Amino acid sequence: MSRKIREFGVEGCIKLSGLLVIIFVILIFLLLLKESLSLFGVYPFKDFLTGTKWLPVSDPPKFGIVPLLLGSIYVTVGAIVICVPLGVASAMFIAEVAPAGFKHILKSLIEILASIPSVVLGFIGIVWLGPFLKTTFHLSTGMCGLTGSLLLAYMALPTIISISEDAIVSVPKSYKEAAFGLGATRWQTLWRIILPAASSGIIASIMLGIGRVIGETMVVLMVTGNSPIIPHTLLQPLRTLTATIAGEMGETVSGSDHYYALFATGLILFIITFLINLIADIYLQRTKK
Amino acid sequence: MVNEVIIQTIDLNCCFEKNCVLKSLNIDVYKNEILGVIGPANSGKSTFLRALNRLNYLDPSYSQTGEIIFEGKDIGILPDSILRRKIGIVFAMPQVLPVSIFNNVAYGPKVHDVKDKNRLEEIVETSLQKAHLWEEVKDRLDMPAMKLSGGQQQRLCLARTLAVEPDIILYDEPCSGLDPISTAKVEDTMQQLKENYTQILVTNNTKQAARVSGRCAFFLMGDLVEIDDTDTLFTNPRDGRTNDYITGRFG
Repeated sequence: MSRKIREFGVEGCIKLSGLLVIIFVILIFLLLLKESLSLFGVYPFKDFLTGTKWLPVSDPPKFGIVPLLLGSIYVTVGAIVICVPLGVASAMFIAEVAPAGFKHILKSLIEILASIPSVVLGFIGIVWLGPFLKTTFHLSTGMCGLTGSLLLAYMALPTIISISEDAIVSVPKSYKEAAFGLGATRWQTLWRIILPAASSGIIASIMLGIGRVIGETMVVLMVTGNSPIIPHTLLQPLRTLTATIAGEMGETVSGSDHYYALFATGLILFIITFLINLIADIYLQRTKK
Repeated sequence: MVNEVIIQTIDLNCCFEKNCVLKSLNIDVYKNEILGVIGPANSGKSTFLRALNRLNYLDPSYSQTGEIIFEGKDIGILPDSILRRKIGIVFAMPQVLPVSIFNNVAYGPKVHDVKDKNRLEEIVETSLQKAHLWEEVKDRLDMPAMKLSGGQQQRLCLARTLAVEPDIILYDEPCSGLDPISTAKVEDTMQQLKENYTQILVTNNTKQAARVSGRCAFFLMGDLVEIDDTDTLFTNPRDGRTNDYITGRFG
């Protein structure tokens, strides 16, 4: 009898924890939506989404999200272009090429890399990477999109490497033997058999990397120059959605239009990350079949 | 009867770390024969097979001494990829790749630089025909190979091996996971391939060796105990241990 009660209790607890997670996500979404709707009551949604100027303290204020959205997209795409080839190649090296001893050293180094706080990376960006890029590309300022992309790429690397490496290692040994048995070289085996077989894990790692990059705040706030104008190249200063919220939230009056506009920005960010995860999920389901 | 020797091992020792699983093995394999290799587990049968196309070296702890002569030359002078094309292998569990039926068979030719699409289609068709699988799959070559039944998968693996045009085919317990009907089909195929290929069949099933092979070798604990015509080995073995094994007294 007591056993039955315990079973019931455990089951209930697990169910409750699962439900809580879902409830919290829904509550967060509802909060963002409610506060955002307060803005759209006084400021048209269309202007918010398509406006090309973000001037929250001018009179009348302009809350056009396009520059911020483009800022986020530029920095994210830049970071992904840099870190995906690097990360997947490192994962291939660690999983298939590196000798056992070296492999352990590399893996622990990558874990250390993951534990560097983002504010430290931002600091490195300000005192070293920014000035370096400034002199290399003869820029007016080193605080630009590229600085942010490079540092974010660095931050996403551990995620991409460790998850891709897991995926590559878990490819059945039989595939490798079959390929070698047919006379394929090590590279041919790696490229045509192991990578495709590990592709779902690798794509998952890339998606998680994108999630990490697009949501990252501290580094971009510190190094991208914080100018909310539409960027034309990565070498210009820009500002992301996240940096805008973090940078301006402290200065706004609670309940003002500006305050609600920041919530609306958060809502857009939430929707973007949600969509990325959804796409990743759909893709993973498809490759599993 | 004069038999042309295609593979010869001279004092072959195969070791993993300090543990030698094959000891001074001297064996000749004749061209176009089916050589059965029987013996209990851990007798070195599979290691012998994998030594022939150097698959043992995938294990970093592996080392080997002695010579393996293939068509008059030491196999050491051939690059791995050429050697493994000439000496193909079919594994115990069907190791199909997670791609379509067509691409499984075309994979081998592709890695050996066959790029022409018509030529690839031709190779796939003839290989599948040789492996007696063509009729069953010709309408669904784009289907994932994983969806085939076990027996079909194993014949697909055989077709894949044939597609790179080997001289020798090694079978490492090819029917251990198959039902009797699939087994019969694979054995049938082996008989028909005898004309053009040398085949070495490692099997735990002594009856299969008796059915299929022309000559048969009995391995025990890393030693070659006896090698003879299959009929002689199974009816009148010279060594008492062979007799005990084939009559099921141990193993």
